[in-house]
Amino acid sequence: MEVNIEARRILAVSISKLYASRTQRGGLRLHRSLLLSLVMRSARDIYHSSRESEGPNGAQSAPEEPMDTSSSPGEQTRLPEPQPEPQPVLNSTETAPEEPDNTEDGCDSEIIEDKENLSPAKQSRKRRGKASAAPDFLPSKRARLEPGEERYEVPLCSCRAGESLTTLSLNRVIPAF
Amino acid sequence: ILLSLFNRGLASAVVSDIISTVEFNSSGELLATGDKGGRVVVFQREQESKSQPQRRGEYNVYSTFQSHEPEFDYLKSLEIEEKINKIKWLPQQNAAYFLLSTNDKTVKLWKISERDKRPEGYNLKDEDGRIRDPSTITSLRVPVLQPMDLMVEATARRVFSNAHTYHINSISVNSDLQTFISTDDLRINLWNLEITDRSFNIVDIKPANMEELTEVITSAEFHPQECNTFAYSSSKGSIRLCDMRQAALCDKHCKYFEEPEDPSTRSFFSEIISSISDVKFSHSGRYLMTRDYLTVKVWDLQMENKPLETYQVHDYLRGKLCSLYENDCIFDKFECVWNGSDSVIMTGSYNNFFRMFDRNTKRDVTLEASRENSKPRAILKPRKVCVGGKRRKDEISVDSLDFSKKILHTTWHPHENIIAVAATNNLYIFQDKVN
Repeated sequence: MEVNIEARRILAVSISKLYASRTQRGGLRLHRSLLLSLVMRSARDIYHSSRESEGPNGAQSAPEEPMDTSSSPGEQTRLPEPQPEPQPVLNSTETAPEEPDNTEDGCDSEIIEDKENLSPAKQSRKRRGKASAAPDFLPSKRARLEPGEERYEVPLCSCRAGESLTTLSLNRVIPAF
Repeated sequence: ILLSLFNRGLASAVVSDIISTVEFNSSGELLATGDKGGRVVVFQREQESKSQPQRRGEYNVYSTFQSHEPEFDYLKSLEIEEKINKIKWLPQQNAAYFLLSTNDKTVKLWKISERDKRPEGYNLKDEDGRIRDPSTITSLRVPVLQPMDLMVEATARRVFSNAHTYHINSISVNSDLQTFISTDDLRINLWNLEITDRSFNIVDIKPANMEELTEVITSAEFHPQECNTFAYSSSKGSIRLCDMRQAALCDKHCKYFEEPEDPSTRSFFSEIISSISDVKFSHSGRYLMTRDYLTVKVWDLQMENKPLETYQVHDYLRGKLCSLYENDCIFDKFECVWNGSDSVIMTGSYNNFFRMFDRNTKRDVTLEASRENSKPRAILKPRKVCVGGKRRKDEISVDSLDFSKKILHTTWHPHENIIAVAATNNLYIFQDKVN
């Protein structure tokens, strides 16, 4: 349980560092961002594995707490329509890595986004393998997986959003470059 | 232990900004510092003089110049810092001195030369430089070189730019004295010192999909004798040795040095503390030294699976990694350095402490670079950090350490026991009493 609290604290600290690094002079540092994402990944893994052993009951509102919801109003326009309560949390951490995505576009155009040609049906079933700057128009009901990751069989509840948000945020830190 | 070091004191207060790099030249006559403001200050060792024998060996300011200015990348809306990340000297080949200095994006070759004569007696202009009225010129004379006060000029001879998408972390001059490499997080570029509009990319670890990025390059250095060999370190704690003769793109290493992780020490921060912050070949070329957050390791080039020697720099910090993560200290990049004979290695720590390890006797010492503790000519007293239990009189407890006072950059004279240590914006030069 202590490990769980520690993991959450580290996640919170990491995300605030991620935000802070956006305004750092000299631009985003790839090495530092990579290390931050690795720490977040460790913390997330430990957090989820310790929660798994606890059971889902004690942790419904837990994922939302450590997350920084201080996104500016301007960023909200790029997000999907408001959803059941976990969604605002999802959005705010998504925007953190996405912002640098925009500013770094000239640097690295690996991130190809073909929003116009994607059909809604195709989108909702497909796993998002690329870091898309804007979310799909249909809400995704399943947590996004990393390659090789197993799907957790837990009942639908807010903790799932917590899982997907950390999954998303980690994989999007790096493509922001 | 090894040396009785005493403080030269003289150079301490000259540099006015946070020092970001220090480097002796290959003869040890010159010492260069680069700072956060983009300035380079070069110190020169005083020559031996019979009239003032006590002043022998002191370093005085020789030249100061603005190497890099802040720039703005309009395409990416990013500011490019003017901070000097690294300085490397070229071996001296004539009366002038040459050094390479780099910030995050651009490498520059600077020529530092002396002028102690000037021509006087021009026909068309007078001594003030004003053009003379031609009608007043009735005779011709040959201008003569007259002595003048010594002036040291620094001029930028080459600018090597636009080759790095990511931030440059190191530069290294080849033993062939014709080429050098510049290294950023994902790529290493090879340059010819004469050619600024072209460079060869020799290492590229950028994945096709950036989401798959798992490691970055943290430092690279040419082998001191073999001009085809270089090594680069990674954020995962590994070192790769590459041979440029094998292929144009050296993505395949010849040798791969990595020590398997000890599972018992695993923590949230294992990856961060295993990231190598500096890699240095020994002068002999037989060994490699690496610095990660808590240790310095010496590797034998013939043995890839584990280091030859591991030295604990400040293992008492292992239990404090979470706080060091919160205050960002865990991201500090310490450098390490060999002495001239490769028998002693040195690296910095916190509280303005720096550590020396004697590879032969296996003894080590902790010293402090601070004004209070080092009056000129006073011998440095060894310091000790108390890790628990009863604290002795002269010891300092881990919790009392000042983490804002860190020694990241140090350099050792190539032949003598003279070291330069940068403590934030102060430069300390210490010398062995025996000299």
